[in-house]
Amino acid sequence: MDYFVIIVSAIFVSNIVLTQFLGICPFLGVSTRISTSIGMGGALLFVMTLATMVTWIFQYYVLQPMGLIFMQTIVFILVIAALVQMVEIILKKISPSLYQALGIFLPLITTNCAVLGVAILTIQKHFNLMQGVVFAMATAVGYTMALVIFAGIREHLELIEVPKGMRGVPIALVTAGILALAFMGFTGMVK
Amino acid sequence: MNQIQNFTKGFIKENPVFVLLLGMCPTLGTTTSAFNGLGMGLATAFVLVGSNVVVSMVKNLIPDKVRIPAFIVIIASFVTIVELVMQAYVPALYAQLGLFIPLIVVNCIVLGRAEAFASKNTVWSSAIDGLGMGLGFAFALTILGGVREILGSGALFGIHFIKGDGMLAFILAPGAFIALGYIIAIINKLNKKTA
Repeated sequence: MDYFVIIVSAIFVSNIVLTQFLGICPFLGVSTRISTSIGMGGALLFVMTLATMVTWIFQYYVLQPMGLIFMQTIVFILVIAALVQMVEIILKKISPSLYQALGIFLPLITTNCAVLGVAILTIQKHFNLMQGVVFAMATAVGYTMALVIFAGIREHLELIEVPKGMRGVPIALVTAGILALAFMGFTGMVK
Repeated sequence: MNQIQNFTKGFIKENPVFVLLLGMCPTLGTTTSAFNGLGMGLATAFVLVGSNVVVSMVKNLIPDKVRIPAFIVIIASFVTIVELVMQAYVPALYAQLGLFIPLIVVNCIVLGRAEAFASKNTVWSSAIDGLGMGLGFAFALTILGGVREILGSGALFGIHFIKGDGMLAFILAPGAFIALGYIIAIINKLNKKTA
């Protein structure tokens, strides 16, 4: 598959949040400010790309030769958890300023289903390593974009009189629904 | 708290989806019909009961510092069991739910109950808690799936009772968000009345 097709389809056509429903918890939780959304997106880009790379290597050089594919779920989640811990420790030592910016988001990412989801999707779609990395990066960019757009809308929502029962999560969900409706316009652009 | 309360709290008062707002990804992603919602809910319930029981059994053996990775391994083992069993016996449902079966591992409800309840309580009450929460989750998913199926294709559990095609948007992604938003709004309203 062409890299361009992978990128466009990961960012717009099958946007990970709005059409695939992965990583909804931080999408609803973190995205109240544009600045925090960008921080979360940056951390995710970093971890998602690394995780996809490492799990891909594990899948094809450890699990498959040894006939242990049924262990995929266990191995992948452990690899991701270990990776996030390592990134946290290394960042703290090497670049304290980057750690300050991304640090609080890192623990949240282990339980972000988008990371495990992308790792498994990369295997399911039979991507090679380079395609997997491009796919992971594009997915993270698409995630960040959805997060930032949503945060921008929510910043405006704060100033608006919303019916009592709809305040908070319900209005956020309905807003996300309308946003998803907009993204449906991209359906069919890439087959 | 007695065991009956422990069991029923997951349905309404502390419903994981409608009140605690946990496990949103499978909730939105798999509820294209009532049957899919129920299947996903029951798979999660099984993992919840299993992991709650095992976590509460080994809670004194695990050092505090490594408890989260240990819990994740226990949960992942049960998810693998569910994956293999579903692949063998209900391949059609397995194909429908797809990616969301392995993703039960990162469902916040499962880890949340292991950490908040099973690591502090006895085996028996952890099992009840897991069952209550799991069925509450299945209940919520079935309702959301039912609403979407009725609006989207005029059917319930695959039985058509409204002529015509329905609103396709409710089967697709946007409908999931909008339907869940309104259901939570209604439940907020009802909870305020009783409180």
